Amino acid sequence: MRRFGACLAAAALSVTAVTAMSTQEVQAQDKELTLCWAAWDPANALAQLGKDFTAETGIEMNYEFVPWTNFADRFINELNSGGKLCDLLIGDSQWIGGSATYGHYVKLNDFFEKEGISMDDFAPATVHAYSTWPKGTPNYWALPAMGDALGWVYRKDWFARPELREEFKAKYGHELEVPKNWNEVKNIGEFFQGREIDGKTVYGLGIYTERGSEGITMGVTSAMYSWGFEYENPDKPYDMPGYVNSPEAVEALEFYKSLYDCCTPPGHSDAYMVANLDAYKSGQVAMQMNWFAFFPGIAKDEDVGGDKSGFFVNPAQKVAASTLGGQGISVVAYSDKKDMALEYIKWFAKSDVQKKWWSLGGYSCHVDVLNDPNFPNTAPFAGDFLKAMDGVKDFWQEPTYAELLQAMQKRVHDYVVAGNGTAQEALDKLVVDWTEVFEDDGKL
Amino acid sequence: MSAAAASTTSAATTKAHSVVESSSRGKWLAGLLVVAYALITLIPLVWILATSLKSPPDSISYPPKVIFEPSMEGYVNLFTTRSRQTEEYIENLGPAETWYDEIVRKRNMVIVGPSRFLDRYMNSVVIGFGSTFLAVFLGTLAAYGFSRFKVPLKDDLLFFILSTRMMPPIAVAIPIYLMYRELGLSDTALGMILLYTAVNVSLSVWLLKGFMDEIPREYEEAAVVDGYTRLQAFWKVVLPQARAGIAATAIFCLIFAWNEYAFALLLTSGNAQTAPPFIPIIIGEGGLDWPAVAAGTTLFLLPIVFFTVLLRNQLLRGITFGAVRK
Amino acid sequence: MTDQSSDSSADGLTGQVAQNVAKATPAAVVRKVRGLSDRAIAWLFISPTIFLLLAINIFPLIWTVYLSFTNYRANRPGRPIEWVGTRNYERLLGNEDIWGYLQATAHFVVWTMIIQVIIGLGLALLINRNFKGASFWTTVILIPMMLSPAVVGTFWTYLYQPQTGIFSYIINLFVSVGPIDMIGSVDLAPWSIIIVDTWMWTPYIMLLCLAGLRSIPDYLYEAAEIDRANAWQKFWYITLPRIMPFLMLAVLFRGIENFKMFDMVVELTSGGPGSTTEVASINLKREAFEKWRTGYSSAFAVILFVTVFGLGNIYVKALNKVKQ
Repeated sequence: MRRFGACLAAAALSVTAVTAMSTQEVQAQDKELTLCWAAWDPANALAQLGKDFTAETGIEMNYEFVPWTNFADRFINELNSGGKLCDLLIGDSQWIGGSATYGHYVKLNDFFEKEGISMDDFAPATVHAYSTWPKGTPNYWALPAMGDALGWVYRKDWFARPELREEFKAKYGHELEVPKNWNEVKNIGEFFQGREIDGKTVYGLGIYTERGSEGITMGVTSAMYSWGFEYENPDKPYDMPGYVNSPEAVEALEFYKSLYDCCTPPGHSDAYMVANLDAYKSGQVAMQMNWFAFFPGIAKDEDVGGDKSGFFVNPAQKVAASTLGGQGISVVAYSDKKDMALEYIKWFAKSDVQKKWWSLGGYSCHVDVLNDPNFPNTAPFAGDFLKAMDGVKDFWQEPTYAELLQAMQKRVHDYVVAGNGTAQEALDKLVVDWTEVFEDDGKL
Repeated sequence: MSAAAASTTSAATTKAHSVVESSSRGKWLAGLLVVAYALITLIPLVWILATSLKSPPDSISYPPKVIFEPSMEGYVNLFTTRSRQTEEYIENLGPAETWYDEIVRKRNMVIVGPSRFLDRYMNSVVIGFGSTFLAVFLGTLAAYGFSRFKVPLKDDLLFFILSTRMMPPIAVAIPIYLMYRELGLSDTALGMILLYTAVNVSLSVWLLKGFMDEIPREYEEAAVVDGYTRLQAFWKVVLPQARAGIAATAIFCLIFAWNEYAFALLLTSGNAQTAPPFIPIIIGEGGLDWPAVAAGTTLFLLPIVFFTVLLRNQLLRGITFGAVRK
Repeated sequence: MTDQSSDSSADGLTGQVAQNVAKATPAAVVRKVRGLSDRAIAWLFISPTIFLLLAINIFPLIWTVYLSFTNYRANRPGRPIEWVGTRNYERLLGNEDIWGYLQATAHFVVWTMIIQVIIGLGLALLINRNFKGASFWTTVILIPMMLSPAVVGTFWTYLYQPQTGIFSYIINLFVSVGPIDMIGSVDLAPWSIIIVDTWMWTPYIMLLCLAGLRSIPDYLYEAAEIDRANAWQKFWYITLPRIMPFLMLAVLFRGIENFKMFDMVVELTSGGPGSTTEVASINLKREAFEKWRTGYSSAFAVILFVTVFGLGNIYVKALNKVKQ
């Protein structure tokens, strides 16, 4: 019993301690900024880059990095609660509509003008995607921070084996090379599925199938874009029937399901970036789709790095297109330290900082980096990155993006992974879901 | 875990009981079956512990490795954040200063700082003990009130206290989220303590009322006759008698607050987040780092396993209230 | 947990519980002791609890009911709140997906209860034989139910990995069926959550059964012995009726808990594949905190609340019949 008395006393003390701690924290936060982003390779690079900022200004940087599967949940929740946790937020491109409309982000136009930061210094596609709302207007809510697109990685060392190349060519009638279209992706997947390599059973492809956040949508759309998918009538916004559920879209979705069925490792039913990386790095799959952001890490990996891995752009089927990733950096409107946060953005926009950012493994969007004639030689995937960014397409960036995304997650996961209904039915239902969302929002 | 069940089972207490005679062979067989079930139950727990001591490649080997070389990498990864570097960079760093630096460098990485695990764990401790203390404190007072005094609408109030536990936590979280946003209690330890206290206090009142009812009121009345005031009698006579019940109640409140996930997921963020929403998202660089997740899980579950074994009698008393009374 | 399902304490469970309490304690004689100050103390002691519950439970509940009739969205602070009448409810009840989520929930609740009652009762009967070390092994069996469901759910995703996981490995030691994809297969995923819940919560049913068993007076068995009843008859005519109330209470509490289930399932399957294991709470979280349809999800919350309440009430009536 005495033990319990002690526990209770400790509990009482801890309650008072909380109050004490929170006052202390307020005092310590004087010259500190908190930057929020996802927990992944580039975030570590940014933390390293940030040391220069601290050295220059004396402002300490804190980081709140959240894994991708919780990233949107956590930070959109944070923004909606008016939280003061993040002073700076590197938020996903699709959030910009909502964050601008509901006032979560500080509008940066005046600041850019005052500090002489020109959006012409950043690649137009990235400015369009990461900074503007309404889309394409010169209203800036973020500075392009991290360019990204969906690309592919393959086992160069396996592809180079003469006996495999010979067998492959005999079977499929084309060389075992980087696939030029999705049919070739499937051939390669089938070829490696269940094959013994160095005494280990390997599988074909790591593709996105995650249910909880945005995974399977990002994977499926990378196929759909290659088939020429459009979200809406180009001449009539929000007019979706016949576009979202077009024959091309249906074909692409069916194809994606056939990839899932034929060529993925066992248990690949809820896989996003990290699961794909795991499967690839452990030598389980011959190819994986993933964001360019991970490619520097793969190139340096102790198991599959160096010459063992090659990279390529999302293959075209009817058109060349890639799913857009990447983020802009914004100042959170609820922060008490907006001035310091703006100071960080000013520093981050500098040409030499951007160059260092790329060298550390971050994908700079600055023209001084991207337009450098030597850029494609700086990394094995640099040239592909430029190619991908030329043809990127993004999901809806509407304020209602989360609803639109959740609907698509459900419809395509129901079809691709659970095998319910047909692709046509899935996309027909998606049109109904999306129409309802836009009607609720007053846009239809 | 349930007060009403507890109270109901207390019906059993008054009946003397001895076990039905069973043959020694029957006993032996029963024991064997129970032990077999217990061992199967233990497999996942043992596997968590074992995984926390594996190196990441061992943790994803196929078939699973039962015998492996122990490594502290999971625990190092749990407590640090690391950054991947090129081999040349690491060679230029000079010799590793500590054992954990050495482990990390083998993977071409360097430690860049501590992880958030310790913060989250401490939040769990503060919020868990804080809310337990409050829930037991309030529960003791209310239970005494309900047990000893004629309270108008007593049954209605008692029912009202119980009904508050019927909503799914997500349903409760919607208005709480809006309310905390207005009051500035979002993502604060205070907000979480109040919320957990509110959830636990109904359990606490019900359990403790049962215990208080069992304390003969003649004791207090004798004390009052001796010149004690009601409050003094409560403090000096009733509370010491109720200690075992308070202890049992406290464990249940603590277990709930320690394990709670839904509210913590939705209502906390960088400041007051507890361990349960954090552990699932521990990732290593570019891979779900199972040894680190297992290490976090082990450290998180350990206190509860410890409590369970150490205080099993109070726990049993709480669950089946009095049925296993000495 | 301590959920009750009756709005009138006299015929509901509360009353029944109160009776049991009364039975367990010497007949409670309410005595008037020194009038005024007692009353003051009573309110002083009770009011903080009532106040806390009003502020953090009842007020939000009323607010939820109000919101369920509006089109409010928590992510649009500026937008005026419009009264939409019963539109949210009409939408919900007309949505075929909702029935899918409720079916997934019902499948989970029903099967966990059936399996846990069978195993729990069996274990209780075995432990009741008081073999050597029974107390120690009982404690071991209890451990899973003390653990955090979310953390446990996370770790089970690892145990369930078809190739690297121990679950598939152990099954293959006995029957060679190759890698088992528990989480990714539409047929197996509902069972993956049932297995974990059974692992965690069977001990709870077991404990209450044990309490029931220990409440049976020996003379009943002795009498049966004289009548030359066989073991099965003893079980069927003495043991089962006597522990039935305990068992049903255990099922009530676990049933309500599993109806509300969120943390373990969301971490284990996140509702997948497709929507196979998307139980009601997971969908509610998606509507409320991902799509931010606050009004709509409040209506869903109210419907779930009423469902628990209604089912619980029916169940309690059945329970009372069994007791008679």
